Amino acid sequence: MRRLSLYAGAALVGLVLLLAVVSLFWTPFDPTHVDPAARLLGPGWPHLLGTDGLGQDIFSRILVGARVCIQVGVIAVAIGCVIGVPLGMAAAASRSWPGQLIMRAADIVYAFPALLLAILLAAAKGGGSILTAMTAIGIASVPAFARIVRGSALQVLSQDYVLAARASGIGPVRIAVTHVAPNIAPVVLVQASVSFGLAILAEAALSYLGLSAPPATPTWGRMLFESQQYIFSNPSLALWPGVFIAAAVLGFNLLGDGLRDRFDPTLVEVR
Amino acid sequence: MSIARALLRRLAVFAASWLVASVVVFGLINLLPGDVAGVILGSSAKPADIAALRQQMGLDLPAPLRYLHWLGGLLHGDFGRSAIGGWPIGPQMASTLGVTFSLVLLSMIVAVAVALPLGAFSAMRRRRASGAVVSGLSQLGMSVPAFLVGLALVLLFAVKLHWLPASGYTPLTQDPLDWLRRLVLPVLALGIVQAAVLVRYVRGAFVDVLSQDYFRTARAVGWTNRRALMRHGVRNAGLQIITVIGLQLATLLVGAVVIESVFVLPGMGKMLLDSVATHDLPVVQAIVMVLVTLILAINAVVDMAYAAIDPRLRSQTSTGPDEGADE
Repeated sequence: MRRLSLYAGAALVGLVLLLAVVSLFWTPFDPTHVDPAARLLGPGWPHLLGTDGLGQDIFSRILVGARVCIQVGVIAVAIGCVIGVPLGMAAAASRSWPGQLIMRAADIVYAFPALLLAILLAAAKGGGSILTAMTAIGIASVPAFARIVRGSALQVLSQDYVLAARASGIGPVRIAVTHVAPNIAPVVLVQASVSFGLAILAEAALSYLGLSAPPATPTWGRMLFESQQYIFSNPSLALWPGVFIAAAVLGFNLLGDGLRDRFDPTLVEVR
Repeated sequence: MSIARALLRRLAVFAASWLVASVVVFGLINLLPGDVAGVILGSSAKPADIAALRQQMGLDLPAPLRYLHWLGGLLHGDFGRSAIGGWPIGPQMASTLGVTFSLVLLSMIVAVAVALPLGAFSAMRRRRASGAVVSGLSQLGMSVPAFLVGLALVLLFAVKLHWLPASGYTPLTQDPLDWLRRLVLPVLALGIVQAAVLVRYVRGAFVDVLSQDYFRTARAVGWTNRRALMRHGVRNAGLQIITVIGLQLATLLVGAVVIESVFVLPGMGKMLLDSVATHDLPVVQAIVMVLVTLILAINAVVDMAYAAIDPRLRSQTSTGPDEGADE
């Protein structure tokens, strides 16, 4: 069961990555090409998943949507990691007021979920974009990384070998790099996987609301929004973007669970 | 530390966090590159018109002065006026609160009603196929955006079966039955996804209880699984579950923004998105500040309740999920 989670997650994530990579080199049709003569076609040949209300090829748009989804996830998780991991380690190393200050700041950022931050940025900049969406989702994920890294780093810092390293005069930065970082890496990896799934959900919501990529760029969230006007006449249009959003998020969640089970031997007893 | 002192300390943290959050909201709207008046009037506006609007909105004043003016207004319940319509923001926003709060509270009730029994069931049957199925369904539910669940519900109950309306809202005071009918689908959309998340936490909390000595002792003296779980499990897992429920209220508030858009409900979320579309920045600023205040307040209340119940936590003031939590 534990391995099933890991393998199923890896397979789903691998599929989304494959779609994203393929879209860089090839799509069956131009994903933005409007063809009024081919409106609302069902799945078949040459349009594998059919066409939307403008006659655009759904499969081509799904491929490009995978790329956008991976792009947003990578940048957002990178922002969360690059800011959150050092802050969490610093908070663990300094238990007095600097550490407290970092965690209080994380609490304040926690009060700004990705959607609110993205709305604020979109309002201030006169409209949303992929950049504002990625930035908002990334910043909103910083507190989760900081908290989890702080908790794990505190455990590592209380180990005998770290105390011995301190006693032998090794500085805090070297201890962080040689002892703390390698030991908290699995926890960060698990959090990165879970955050990736949350980033895909957030981006889909922002695209649905028109606060992410411009209308010409195919995204799964926007495809769902566009399908809504045909919900009475052609409800199957919502199927494909919905399935791919759920598969991508499920993949990253399962991968996170699988990695957590793989790296945390204490969970064997509980489950 | 006494309970009163712990609560006072948490209140002070809330006040300080709120103040910093207000600086962030004001700063993002007013100090990012780009001119607020220019954003409102659009790229084709004449410089003279932009200058006139800047003066009318008080944007020619120094930013710290404008912030203090805005903050003073907030503390007196004055949220300012719409830049587009000129109407006072406070009363308009108050009229949307009922819709959003109804949606959020009813969704939470649905989520708890679904998640508590399913989570307990999944924990008790964790080594059987039925427990794994519940866990799997919860995992799947967590992977689906609430707006997608909303669309699926519209498709089934409005388009196919014609049982419920696809969108719109009737005030409770006008027609309570229609109010409920129109809220069923949005509440289910939001509630089902939150239930999926909550099932995971409830299962985790109950699995913890099942591995404790007091639970094994209760079983050893002949209590049934169900009796031992009801007597010991609910009480011991309750603290964790109540915390998660509290924190999920904040998630629901943000989720309501999207769901109100799907179901065309005249709540605070829809007002916020409409204001973003019309570049009505004072309204955006006010609504975001109210939502952030609510999230901070929910976190503070959860912390205070936790400190009041568990004396070990009175010296701590951390908000948000514990280290190691999923999100």
